[in-house]
Amino acid sequence: MSVLQSGGYAEGLAARRVRFQRCAACGAAQTLARYVCVSCRHETLEWADACGHGVVNAVTVVSRAPSDLFRALVPYMLVIVTLEEGARVMGHGTPDLAIGQAVTAGFFDHGGQTLLRFGPRSDDPTAT
Amino acid sequence: MRAAYLRGAFGTAFGLHEGSSALDLMAQAARGALHSARLERPAVDGVLCGYATTMPHLMLSTLFCERFALRPDYAHSLQLGGATGAAMLMLARELVRAGRCHNVLVLAGENRLSGQSRDSSIQTLAQVGDAQVEVPNGASVPAYYALMASRYMHDTGLAETDLAQFAVAMRERAAVHPGAHLRSRISLEDVMASKPISTPLKLLDCCPISDGAVAMVVSREPGPHGAVAVSGAGQAHRHQHLCAMEDVFDTGAKSAANAALAEADLGVDDMGYLGVYDSFTITLTMLLEEIGFAPRGQAAACLRQGQFDPAGVQPLNTHGGLLSYGHCGVAGGMAHAVEAWLQMTGQGGSRQIPSRARHAFLHGDGGVMSSHVSLVLSQEEP
Repeated sequence: MSVLQSGGYAEGLAARRVRFQRCAACGAAQTLARYVCVSCRHETLEWADACGHGVVNAVTVVSRAPSDLFRALVPYMLVIVTLEEGARVMGHGTPDLAIGQAVTAGFFDHGGQTLLRFGPRSDDPTAT
Repeated sequence: MRAAYLRGAFGTAFGLHEGSSALDLMAQAARGALHSARLERPAVDGVLCGYATTMPHLMLSTLFCERFALRPDYAHSLQLGGATGAAMLMLARELVRAGRCHNVLVLAGENRLSGQSRDSSIQTLAQVGDAQVEVPNGASVPAYYALMASRYMHDTGLAETDLAQFAVAMRERAAVHPGAHLRSRISLEDVMASKPISTPLKLLDCCPISDGAVAMVVSREPGPHGAVAVSGAGQAHRHQHLCAMEDVFDTGAKSAANAALAEADLGVDDMGYLGVYDSFTITLTMLLEEIGFAPRGQAAACLRQGQFDPAGVQPLNTHGGLLSYGHCGVAGGMAHAVEAWLQMTGQGGSRQIPSRARHAFLHGDGGVMSSHVSLVLSQEEP
């Protein structure tokens, strides 16, 4: 595990948490893993747990899967969600999601890994 | 600073070249480009080479030079996804302008269709996504572009039929090009009814995977076909991954284009030919609109009004683009440059545009609208 990812997103998913990096100086949320804050250029970033709520930024229903592992799931919804804390993540979604919709993160296991699946907003962020 | 000219160019047919390796295809293109430029091997003192996913060699440029009996004073490979071709042409121009090289051979080729399985190709390309946040979801390049399309269409009101219009137009152009991969004419209905890939993109909104190669010579002197200089160049790199794209209306394309146009001291309206990267119909639409060849949400309307027709004000991708001429990786993006040069030098044959554009604009994009390279070509008056 690289310094960049240690304690980060993948480990969070395995523990059924959505993690994002936050700048220790200005508090800005970062999208994806960074060495330097996108906002103030400070170099200390800490991984934090997100509350799991967010808003749908983009949607697609995939019919042509890239591998056998995902061919079993087609058609499946992929979404980009802007988390309430400000970071953007990609995950699966329930079939009815639309851009602008409030959503909550859930988790499912597929092919030996835990993945995100967003559904319409609920008050229990750890529901699957 | 001295000028740098596109002196010669050659592209193989795109499509299926069963049994040809990446090097075989590159050799065919290089031979054609040297002949086109009327240069012998010893005159080539620079070689820039694009990567090939089917041949991940550490030193593709010098490997090629050994096989092809070239002994340049400057050589390396370059990788910038779909923007590689335009980036190599930009670098070749800078090497010539700086006096480092006299004649730079810029080449790329790949047996992307016949050299690997479709799944393997799609998997390789999908790795432009973030390894932790994006790729593990079963995402692919079409899915990344589809996600981006959903947002862009939501914000502009573009319809799927608007995108489809570009697939029809590119096929119309490829239908009269003997080297094109896909040549059967298609209708708007055909695009709309084609197999779903990743909504809103359907099979005919996506470029094919092809075999093929392209080579060009950038030189201190113009060649026998006319004096076409690379008069401007610019790049912009704002993000790598789709999740990190901050604004679907500002991907960096306009910044790159503005830099290139400013260097050439020209504006978008001066461009009489356009060669714009079109991996998907959404790619082409967004690039035309962000750069300013069409107002937001209006690229398809401009297309319908004839602006981008071969006989229109700004002929676009008259070879059929990636969508129909085909896409074999780096060479796919270079084919736009070859076609622009052929059209500017009157070598368009049955595809020759009537206007013989004085200035042409080229744009390549790599990743998910991540890396942008723009070039301006200008014809010197004889």
